Amino acid sequence: MSLNLTDVTLTYPDGDARLTALDRVTLDVPGGTLTAVVGPSGSGKSSLLAVAATLITADSGTVTVDGVDTTGMGRGELTALRRRKIGIVFQQPNLLPSLTAAEQLQVMAVIDGRSPGRARARALDLLDAVGLADLADRRPHQLSGGQRQRVNIARALMNDPTVLLVDEPTSALDHERGAAVVDLIARLTRRRATATVLVTHDTTHLTAVDQVAEVRDGVLRRPARR
Amino acid sequence: MFVAWRDLRFAKGRFALMGTVIVLITLLVGLLSGLTAGLGRQNTSAITGLPADRIAFQDSGGGLDVSYSDSTVTEEQWRRWARTPGVRWAEPLGITTTRATAGDRSAAVSAFGVRAGSRLAPHGGQLDERSVVLSGTAADDLGVRPGGTLTLAGQRLTVAAVEGDASFSHTPVVWTSLDVWARTAPHPGTGPGTGPGPAAGTGPGEGTGTGTGTGPGEGTETGPGEGTETGTSDGLGDGTGSGSGDGTDFGTGTGPAAARTATVIALNTGPGVDTAAADRAAGTRTLAKDDSLSAIGSYTSENGSLQLMRGFLFAISALVVGAFFTVWTIQRSGDVAVLKALGASTAVLLKDALGQAVVLLAGGTLIGTGLAAALGALVSGTAVPFLLTPATVLLPAAVTILLGAAGAALSVRRVTSVDPLTALGSAR
Repeated sequence: MSLNLTDVTLTYPDGDARLTALDRVTLDVPGGTLTAVVGPSGSGKSSLLAVAATLITADSGTVTVDGVDTTGMGRGELTALRRRKIGIVFQQPNLLPSLTAAEQLQVMAVIDGRSPGRARARALDLLDAVGLADLADRRPHQLSGGQRQRVNIARALMNDPTVLLVDEPTSALDHERGAAVVDLIARLTRRRATATVLVTHDTTHLTAVDQVAEVRDGVLRRPARR
Repeated sequence: MFVAWRDLRFAKGRFALMGTVIVLITLLVGLLSGLTAGLGRQNTSAITGLPADRIAFQDSGGGLDVSYSDSTVTEEQWRRWARTPGVRWAEPLGITTTRATAGDRSAAVSAFGVRAGSRLAPHGGQLDERSVVLSGTAADDLGVRPGGTLTLAGQRLTVAAVEGDASFSHTPVVWTSLDVWARTAPHPGTGPGTGPGPAAGTGPGEGTGTGTGTGPGEGTETGPGEGTETGTSDGLGDGTGSGSGDGTDFGTGTGPAAARTATVIALNTGPGVDTAAADRAAGTRTLAKDDSLSAIGSYTSENGSLQLMRGFLFAISALVVGAFFTVWTIQRSGDVAVLKALGASTAVLLKDALGQAVVLLAGGTLIGTGLAAALGALVSGTAVPFLLTPATVLLPAAVTILLGAAGAALSVRRVTSVDPLTALGSAR
């Protein structure tokens, strides 16, 4: 279980020229470890996450998810790979307003062609793991910001991914709840042996991470082990 | 349908509003369909109920459309058709609209003249110079029963039987003999004429006879076929004459010369009949019975207008449903982006969205159709010509669902173009 980005370059059109968002980025994230990618706004953090999530195809370089090289894969194959191997924790919880907390997780089974009824037990276990066992039947508007973010994390783990990509999970939380969320992600990473990338501009919650990589102007500095 | 069902429950107000619109449109379509069919039946049931498969009209030439109101066929044309290979039988049919009176009641009726014993009329064997058969509605309108009497264009007639519910051009049908019909109908020809009648004629077979008359078209007429007939041929019908021949001519042997015409010829044909050649030989134009309904002037204009309204309602239904789901899909494009980012395939999302549309359409249409059927059942049997059949209830419902689903499909295909990348960094 690992995530490997090798010499990944990504450019965007910028008028007549092209803007380099990622410049020959190489990053190895072993299973069971939490890597934080930090940097200021516009440095390329989100682009790195999007490439790792297979939502954008890099101009060059390779992205390998759990040993599977994604180079040349079609849209359908990438969607299936994302569904089965990659969990995404969005910056904002992005929960579906019509679904309860448990159903937010069950829908992951539905999109994978499995019965939502059979998936409910696992959904409840995961909600228990993030401390929301009693709130399984509440809808998003009945949850606090921190609780919604915990549902967001539990949803990302529902299909038992090998890679977990976490995008600015603390941006809408106060310091205490932000720290609790990062601690939760670190614990889940180790317990489930996922290769986790945590993108953040907030460096105050990095005590629980295994390595920190800084990105500036699209260039990733060698990750520093902690 | 996992998300779709929950959306339907969660956004109750929006879906209830849209469902109500679908219910009302379906109710309107259902009522209009029943009314269209009911009015159509009032216009055509006497023709559609004929045991014939084709109708031969007078060919006016010049490519003019045929019409039940303008057509006049002669006995010779009928005999030609009767002799045509492949024609099982041919029957002259006279049609005219007139007024019938019974006691203090009066009603507009369509007089359908047939030969005595003709298979075209119910109880055709009971039709003669003094007897008629009434459709149920005509009997109700006039308040008469079998054995009662009525006056039709000045002729006092006895009701031999009441049978069926045939109507033509929104008037109930009175089945008469061709002679009674001839005295009822305005005939082609102009001006008054006098004839000496009754003229003598010879009996069936080879006999001959002569007669004279004065007035327009006066002269001696020789009948077609096996016998020679004589009588006045003033083309007016107010002279009398006697015809003879083989005993199977239009009339019964006595009566006006105009009885030698009818409006159309009803045909029952077998396979292989060459209608085009027969038409050329007889000077007629033949249409399939169902196609001949367009020759009823009131039916064509009325049915055309109602069908146009119905078509517009179907189109409006599809557009309204399409517009609703366009807005709905745009509103939930953020959810769709999240689901795509999480790995939902476009096919799964389309199935979910389209299933939601079909559930809403089916539910709304079911309620609307139920209401239309209930209202139709209430007004059926009253003066409102509403026809409640599976064709008028279920078919419009199916079309509404199909067209609505097509409109929704065009709308929800936007799901395919939602970029999952927008889920990253988005705040909803």
